[in-house]
Amino acid sequence: MTASPSISIAIVGSGGAGALTTGDSLLETACTAGWHGLFTRTLGPQIRGGEAAGLLRLSADPVACLPDHYDLLVGIDWLNAHRFGAEIKLAPQTLVISDPRSGELPAMVTQAGARVVEVPMKEMAKAITDGRPNMIALGIVARLLGFTPEQALAPIAMRLSSKGAAAIEASNAGIRVGFGAAAGIDFDMKLPVPKPSSARRWLLSGNEATGLGAIRGGVRFAAAYPITPATEILEWLAPSLTKVGGTLLQAEDELAAINMIIGASFGGTPALTATSGPGLSLMIEALGLATSAEIPILVVDVMRGGPSTGIPTKSEQADLNIAVYGMHGDAPHLVLAPQSVSDCLFTTQWATYLAEALQAPAIVLSDQFMGQARAAIERPADVSFIGARTVAKDITVAYERYALAANGVSPMAIPGTRGGQYTADGLTHTQRGTPTSGEGDHRAQLDKRRDKLEQFNYGDHWSSIEGEGDLAVVTWGSVTSTVREAIERAAADGIKARLVAPRLLLPARPEQMTRALAGVKRILVVEQTHGAQFHRYLRAHYDLPAPVRAFNRPGPLPITAGEVHRAITEWR
Amino acid sequence: MSKAPAAPKVANLHDLLAIAYQIEIDAVDRYNLLADQMETHNNPELVKVFRDLARAEGIHGEEIRRMAGDFDVVNHARHIGKFASDSPEEADLGSAHYLMTPWHALQLSLKGEERALAYFTSIVNTAKDPEVKKMAEELVEEEAEHVNLVHRLLRKHPEPSKNWADDLDPPVSQE
Amino acid sequence: MTAVDTRNVYKQADYKSDVKPIWCPGCGDYHVLMSFTRTFAQLGLPPEQVCVISGIGCSSRIPAYTNCYGFHGVHGRSLALAAGLKVTRPDLTVVVASGDGDGYSIGGNHFMHACRRNVDMTYVVMDNHIYGMTKGQPSPTTEPEFDTALSPGGTRVRPFHPLVVALASGANFIARCFSGQVNETADVLVEAIRHPGFSFVEILSPCVTFRPDEKAWKDLVHPAPVAATNDPAKAARRIMTDDGFNLGILYRGNRTPYQPAAGGTHTDLSQLEKDFEL
Repeated sequence: MTASPSISIAIVGSGGAGALTTGDSLLETACTAGWHGLFTRTLGPQIRGGEAAGLLRLSADPVACLPDHYDLLVGIDWLNAHRFGAEIKLAPQTLVISDPRSGELPAMVTQAGARVVEVPMKEMAKAITDGRPNMIALGIVARLLGFTPEQALAPIAMRLSSKGAAAIEASNAGIRVGFGAAAGIDFDMKLPVPKPSSARRWLLSGNEATGLGAIRGGVRFAAAYPITPATEILEWLAPSLTKVGGTLLQAEDELAAINMIIGASFGGTPALTATSGPGLSLMIEALGLATSAEIPILVVDVMRGGPSTGIPTKSEQADLNIAVYGMHGDAPHLVLAPQSVSDCLFTTQWATYLAEALQAPAIVLSDQFMGQARAAIERPADVSFIGARTVAKDITVAYERYALAANGVSPMAIPGTRGGQYTADGLTHTQRGTPTSGEGDHRAQLDKRRDKLEQFNYGDHWSSIEGEGDLAVVTWGSVTSTVREAIERAAADGIKARLVAPRLLLPARPEQMTRALAGVKRILVVEQTHGAQFHRYLRAHYDLPAPVRAFNRPGPLPITAGEVHRAITEWR
Repeated sequence: MSKAPAAPKVANLHDLLAIAYQIEIDAVDRYNLLADQMETHNNPELVKVFRDLARAEGIHGEEIRRMAGDFDVVNHARHIGKFASDSPEEADLGSAHYLMTPWHALQLSLKGEERALAYFTSIVNTAKDPEVKKMAEELVEEEAEHVNLVHRLLRKHPEPSKNWADDLDPPVSQE
Repeated sequence: MTAVDTRNVYKQADYKSDVKPIWCPGCGDYHVLMSFTRTFAQLGLPPEQVCVISGIGCSSRIPAYTNCYGFHGVHGRSLALAAGLKVTRPDLTVVVASGDGDGYSIGGNHFMHACRRNVDMTYVVMDNHIYGMTKGQPSPTTEPEFDTALSPGGTRVRPFHPLVVALASGANFIARCFSGQVNETADVLVEAIRHPGFSFVEILSPCVTFRPDEKAWKDLVHPAPVAATNDPAKAARRIMTDDGFNLGILYRGNRTPYQPAAGGTHTDLSQLEKDFEL
């Protein structure tokens, strides 16, 4: 994606104003009309009626990160909107639509020197039977962006289809009034005409993409314990697994959930659970069991602010340590991290394939930003990564479950297979699987479990490596998209930089990383943590052949492309 | 099941005045609690309505103190038994809603005043002490005035349409 | 179910592996292992169709001593593992083995929910009123006055009543056995496995090393004075008032075993993708 022009809109409101619905609906309108977009939300602490902001970025090209500032801000009301001051940055050229009767302009507007246009949305809504101010707002924004009232109404009509014609008509009337009110408003930002494309496109969240990736990879069982921001993966999987002949079981806690998927996988069914930091902490012991007993499972961690209960509704990248180092003992396993909403599908599918092929647990580190963002993506190609476990069949000799093998992967007997009976164990075991404390077996099995992962050919998917230049910007997860945009901006300034973003974090790929960093004279590491976890991980596992600067900041605010761009340009 | 009586015992005039005072104070606290809820949930119109109701109940409480003359009704109220659950003018917490309208608040207030009216009426009907009976009759008149006041306020705030609780945005999981 | 009559095709020895148990001689679990193999032989189950799932503790060592598929998992979570297995492989016979520590302490939460969920499986808890493997700490069923190093003078905490908890949580079959009565125990296990839903069998199994006083159990156990009931209220009264040595099938419920929602076709992914299309 070139540094493509985009328009960013923030819609703020509270107490049932429907700000999020408005923003989400605009996303659908724009994407149906051929544009690309990304939509996220930011919220107050209440469960209902809280202050909320829908954040939308539209472009002719795929959008994978939020903007440095917003071009258009609509305040359905300003109650407690000051809470979003740090997150909704404005510029002097930002247009702010404000209802003069719905609260004082927040400091973020006045301090930015933005242009304010007053529209009495509440009053206009009152004049319509069952009118709502957010529909007025929707009509205004639709016009400013160049959509018709019909285009704006379509997603709303779908949402209201169960409420009857009168509700839809009220929304329609509101949109049209707003549309009319926007006639005199000057907003000269225009989206470029969408590029004609025969590619089929989807609109979905990272969490949904994760679920679909798992099913594409062969997962047919999920155990579920809800936790923000992962619950939507499980809620999407519940009916979806049933449709494809699978099952989802709700567990009483995360300890049960991970053990359930181990049981299902032991029985031959690829299995997954999804959680966040606190849940992953509970699952660590059983992840060690799956490692030792060589049972493939998938654990998706949709990372949120930590530590402990942390900030459940915000994104951060600070579960890297526990994913990589959390298990007691030496327990090599798989850790992967998607890099965008779209990549959530591929990476989860690939992780399923790898877990099954290597008979090991895979932790997939997604995050709240990707998980809960909704974006338009190209329909992901069907790839051949479908879980194919090496299974023992037609067993005629004494079966050894953990027999040493050239590639470290010993065929697994699935219960029901005659002659393949064995007891899977977390205890250190012999090749047959019986418990032992002998040094020979212990070493042999440790080698086996390490070597099977390290010897595998992961191909080019292990990392995104893009561009040239003697500056390498190394990052991972959702920050990848931000870095990519920053590098594009730097390129426009004539500065070349290389992006290196590993998708496979464990096992480390020292040879491949050395090749990726060949010729590099400066390394900038960018991550969303307080403790520089990724920087330390890089130093622990890789040779970093040049001076390193670390740009790490914890949540809750996303790192912006502008900040990374500045970090790039300032280091010459 | 609680063994406490539904209402505290009225042995004499002082008890009655103390209970009447406490009823108003309980109402003040309850309306302020509701106002706080409305404030947290971005319903400024209802913040004002509930604060106004709290203020009005506070004034009623002051009137009862005045009626009590030298008798320290505030102190006596502390020692007297409590109502087993909500006291008559405490608005029902379970009926609150973050999108509630002034009409809803006034309905709660109306029910409170009617309950207080019924309570004092029962004292009139059962009191043996003539002083108590006389004071209870006065309190009945007071409450009747309050009931009418709420009715007048209700005429200014019509019942909202059936969509008053619609919120297109979904609930948020905070943890 | 196969049409071939497979009863008595297998001998008890077919269900024993060649791994020598580490249990102390005199341990009740040896008898339990005999009961297991007798049970499986009676049912004529092919060994490869049986899965014995366990956690951590002396009793949890049992899977490796059988010739069935087994899972020796982490402490307290065997019921969850078994649920994931059985729900995805309803064709297998799943038996879960645990002890009073693994099952009632760390596993307590999963115990309740397993009874509630009522997946078809049999849960066998070898209860010796002590933590044997870790050398003699009190368990949730240890008497309050029993002196141990970790609780000098006794725990002074009332013991857990597992059969009552099982009944209250929805277990569909409840029985108590004594390890020393191998045949009777095997007969109960046969019934338990045959009974649909979650069957719970507590086997009093003395610990010769840390509870030598439990040698007296063989004289304290006695058959239950009445036959099993299917009335939970009756069962509750009986179980709450028995002396803890009442043996036999005490409750047989009528709950339908857990069934996941009926599924669609296995290859029809396109249906899932339609919802995302622009």
